[in-house]
Amino acid sequence: MSRCQRTHFRRLPGVILAVIGLMIMGFGIYRGEMTVVLEKAVNICMECVGIG
Amino acid sequence: MDRKKKTGWKRHGAQALWALLTNSYLAGFARGKIYQGKLKNLCVPGLNCYSCPGAVGSCPIGAVQAVIGSWNFKLAFYAAGFLMFVGALAGRFVCGWLCPFGLVQDLLHKVPFPKKIGTFRGDRLLRKMKYMILIVFVILLPMFLVDVLGQGSPYFCKLICPAGTLEGGLPLVLMNGSMRSALGWLYAWKNILLLITIVFSVMIYRPFCKYICPLGAVYSVFNPISVFRYRVDEEKCTGCGMCAKVCGMQVDPAEDANHPECIRCGACRKSCPVKAIH
Repeated sequence: MSRCQRTHFRRLPGVILAVIGLMIMGFGIYRGEMTVVLEKAVNICMECVGIG
Repeated sequence: MDRKKKTGWKRHGAQALWALLTNSYLAGFARGKIYQGKLKNLCVPGLNCYSCPGAVGSCPIGAVQAVIGSWNFKLAFYAAGFLMFVGALAGRFVCGWLCPFGLVQDLLHKVPFPKKIGTFRGDRLLRKMKYMILIVFVILLPMFLVDVLGQGSPYFCKLICPAGTLEGGLPLVLMNGSMRSALGWLYAWKNILLLITIVFSVMIYRPFCKYICPLGAVYSVFNPISVFRYRVDEEKCTGCGMCAKVCGMQVDPAEDANHPECIRCGACRKSCPVKAIH
């Protein structure tokens, strides 16, 4: 196996997981989780700043 | 200035640029208000409180807790998928190059102190604490400790996160009169934690990243298999130990170049006399 092939082989698990991550992300977006994130993020998070 | 120091400042420049980019709503600091645009749908890779007046994106750890703690969702696919995607691509490169709170700790550690602490008894065990914090405060408590509506609080942000106090709490309270009147024990507690973090950051390199940060805990899992990672050329390596000596995270790259604690700061690469780390 050449050095270039070895490098590609080593990177394969990372590439596969990145693709799976994208798919999971897409599923989360599909079921509307982004709205929850946006709602939380556009209002001051009282817990985060130490008030609520 | 030697080459190693130059590289350190180059990295700090990149960190500062990224921090500025992800906190570019500068009017928020002047008005004591936060950005409320659609960009906040998107997560940023580093620990960046979405209640920072300048923040234009969402903190992924905050996003995980927001979704888990909501009444209608109990599993956070969007934020978890984002963390998996970033982690699989870059691992803890984010900690070393893209996290604003990492930059704060880096700069604090430059403050002179008579005896900087490298490692100590119990250091290795204490580093496991960040995984416990991730499981308990980011996942389990928001999921199960809920109110009558089934909503859980973001317990990590509420009880622990000093980044939220520094980036959100302090500027908002400073600029917003109505918030000043609502201060209580929680604000005092979070400021004490921030103060402790600041003091320890002067003595120890990145104590928050080493022992507390749940985001670093997630990315660390991906370090050994991420697409972007280090490789040591064993034919070139002379085993001089220089790389381990310069590592602020106490990793020995010659032994494990992609150790979960490595934040890919690049100090080992630059210090290697035979250029064996790629």
